Amino acid sequence: MNFDFSEEQYLLRDQARKFLDDRSAPAVVRAVLEDDDKPYDAELWREMAELGWIGTTIPEEFGGAGLSREDLCVIAEELGRSLAPTPFASSVYMATEALLIAGSDAQKQEYLPALAAGERIGCFAVSEGVGVANAASIKMRAADGTVDGTKVPVADGDIADFAVVLARYGSDLSLFIVDLESDGVSRSSVETVDPSRSHAEITFDKAAADPLGAAGEGWETTQAVFDRAAILMAFEQVGGAQACLDMATDYAKNRFAFGRPIGSFQAIKHKLADVYIATELARANAYYGAWALSTDAPDLSTAAAAARVAASDAYNHAARENIQTHGGMGFTWEFDCHLYYRRAKLLSLALGGERRWKDRLISQLETRNFTGEE
Amino acid sequence: MDFNDSPEEADFRAEARAWLAENAEPKTPGKVYKYKRGEPELIPAARAWEAKKFDGGFSGIALPKEYGGRGETRLQQIIFAEEEANYLIPPPVFSISHGMAVPTMLAYATEEQKQRYVPATLRGDEIWCQLFSEPAGGSDLAGLRTRSVRDGDEWIINGQKIWTSGAHYADMAILVTRSDPDAPKHKGLTYFFLDMKSPGIEIRPIKQVSGFANFNEVFMTDLRIPDAQRLGDVGQGWQVAITTLMNERVSSGVRPAPDFEDVFQLTKDIELDDGPAIADPAVREKLADWYVKAQGVKLIRARLMTALSRGERPGPENSVSKLVSSFRRQEIAHFGMDLMDMSGAMMDPDKMPSRALYQQALLDSPGGRIAAGSDEILRNIISERVLGLPPDIRVDKEKPFNQLPTGAE
Repeated sequence: MNFDFSEEQYLLRDQARKFLDDRSAPAVVRAVLEDDDKPYDAELWREMAELGWIGTTIPEEFGGAGLSREDLCVIAEELGRSLAPTPFASSVYMATEALLIAGSDAQKQEYLPALAAGERIGCFAVSEGVGVANAASIKMRAADGTVDGTKVPVADGDIADFAVVLARYGSDLSLFIVDLESDGVSRSSVETVDPSRSHAEITFDKAAADPLGAAGEGWETTQAVFDRAAILMAFEQVGGAQACLDMATDYAKNRFAFGRPIGSFQAIKHKLADVYIATELARANAYYGAWALSTDAPDLSTAAAAARVAASDAYNHAARENIQTHGGMGFTWEFDCHLYYRRAKLLSLALGGERRWKDRLISQLETRNFTGEE
Repeated sequence: MDFNDSPEEADFRAEARAWLAENAEPKTPGKVYKYKRGEPELIPAARAWEAKKFDGGFSGIALPKEYGGRGETRLQQIIFAEEEANYLIPPPVFSISHGMAVPTMLAYATEEQKQRYVPATLRGDEIWCQLFSEPAGGSDLAGLRTRSVRDGDEWIINGQKIWTSGAHYADMAILVTRSDPDAPKHKGLTYFFLDMKSPGIEIRPIKQVSGFANFNEVFMTDLRIPDAQRLGDVGQGWQVAITTLMNERVSSGVRPAPDFEDVFQLTKDIELDDGPAIADPAVREKLADWYVKAQGVKLIRARLMTALSRGERPGPENSVSKLVSSFRRQEIAHFGMDLMDMSGAMMDPDKMPSRALYQQALLDSPGGRIAAGSDEILRNIISERVLGLPPDIRVDKEKPFNQLPTGAE
């Protein structure tokens, strides 16, 4: 039994934490949050490419580091902790994974080296506005090598070079790669609850589209990408939840009221113990997800849904109670609590909300037989 | 990461499996077994099973060989318990004996006493109980009032204990008393072990909400204990008690039932307005929450196993598991009964799903949230020992014990 990261992975984590403490400090996140003309921190993105993080799981033959997805999980936790304002999730967890799962050799040759180097940014476009985006609801159409329709919100859609787009081709769904600089593509930024991460509305009007994977397999591939991204994002969420817990605990030790630290009151202690419990349950489920992801385990989809459900709950819970522990100051723009509060909700919606993932978790479990050992 | 046993662990597991297959009757997979408590009529079978394990080299797995143990680690002990859980075995009446009394004896008893009591306990000849909690000292254990007064080579004990599991069948006991009421509460305690057949002990069972009586009140009237059976110095009883309790947090770990697997099956079996309960979105959300928690606890345990296999000591982080599991059990009990609708009130095992497991758990689960560290105490432990938040402001720490307010005046 060795249910823990390796010594090398802990070194990687320490290195990542040190780098991000400096380069993704709250002031850096705020700069993106407060400046409408700064959709992400391009300098941080460039440095992350130099460190080899962006191409962590891209095979060496395509210019990546060829490391395991467990390594990527370690980095993801630190990105979440530091709220790194970059298109990492879109480009790495989504676009890269989609290419690795379904890309042809030529597509891999074309996109992966540029993705690994951070020179091209990819995004993944599913949602088409208010309501659940699922196999039945997607309206975007594909025909004759082009796509038509609108995707909104698309994380990093305003800064990405290309998008992986889910569209209806005949009666089934397929995925396509669309160059976002090409004719027939128009995009504009959309406001979200977390402006430290940029989002766009993209309209495709007979835009040239290159099929990604076999026709009719678009929904299955999207699910596979979502499963992988759910685990990686769960690590971001665990990192964020832990950051909230650390912040709240630190504040509770140093803030005095009624002649004593507020952290000596059981009302605060028990609240923070509950945040700790939620975070540990999420961490345990995320770790299992990391193992399932790196070994491509048969229960990957179950592990992904469990990791996501636990992590979304933990981060939202931690971010809420962090503000509460800080009292009135926690509700000010000046304090950093709201940066996490925004990000927590954003991440728990990014791949579909909690309801969707709880349902998916139970659907996965229904395919299993629970009598006896699993 | 790797969920497989190391080669040494795998060897041990194989040995344990082979021995169990030879010596016990396996459970039928998927069948619901009623959790059995330590009823007096089951004690002879429990002793016999312990003796069998002792002879086979599987009792006291993590305890030193010179006292009859196997001299392996806690990890091997957990592996054996995992395998043993697949067999029909008598109720676990030895957890206090092995998990609390023996480690305390090993730490504080004389060599002669260790030789006399530890192997006998591991062989199942002696069952121990723990005379700690009192009407005025539960979560606040150091508030205990049972008096011990020195009389030559003996001590005279007068007072009352409560919540004593298994006192009605125990042979021996560990006991904390107040020897100096003038000292501050943690400094006036003295610790002993004793024979439960000693004159001056009266045991009265406590009937619980569930109708069972696993606990007792124990009254001690002019009970005499030789000074040679004192563990630790006079006035050092609190330190000795800490040794005992450090072991409690890891030793109690019975699977709560009903848990996720049980209620998952129930939601497939029970029909609501529009088909099986599991098709209902509200039901699915609840199931998902419980799965994630049950799975989280299982995986936290995997991390504990990892720490143990590296020779690290488990930390207070494990308080999480008990806190989360006992609460979940109560929630699932309520929820399961609610699904049964009007019939949920019935408790006849022949009429109800899983032989009225949910109804039983309704009445039984409040105890799980109180015993072995209440929800509130565990949250204090997590916030103080894990998060490093300041301890409560204490008004009772430095004052002489007999000057503390009791609320009784």
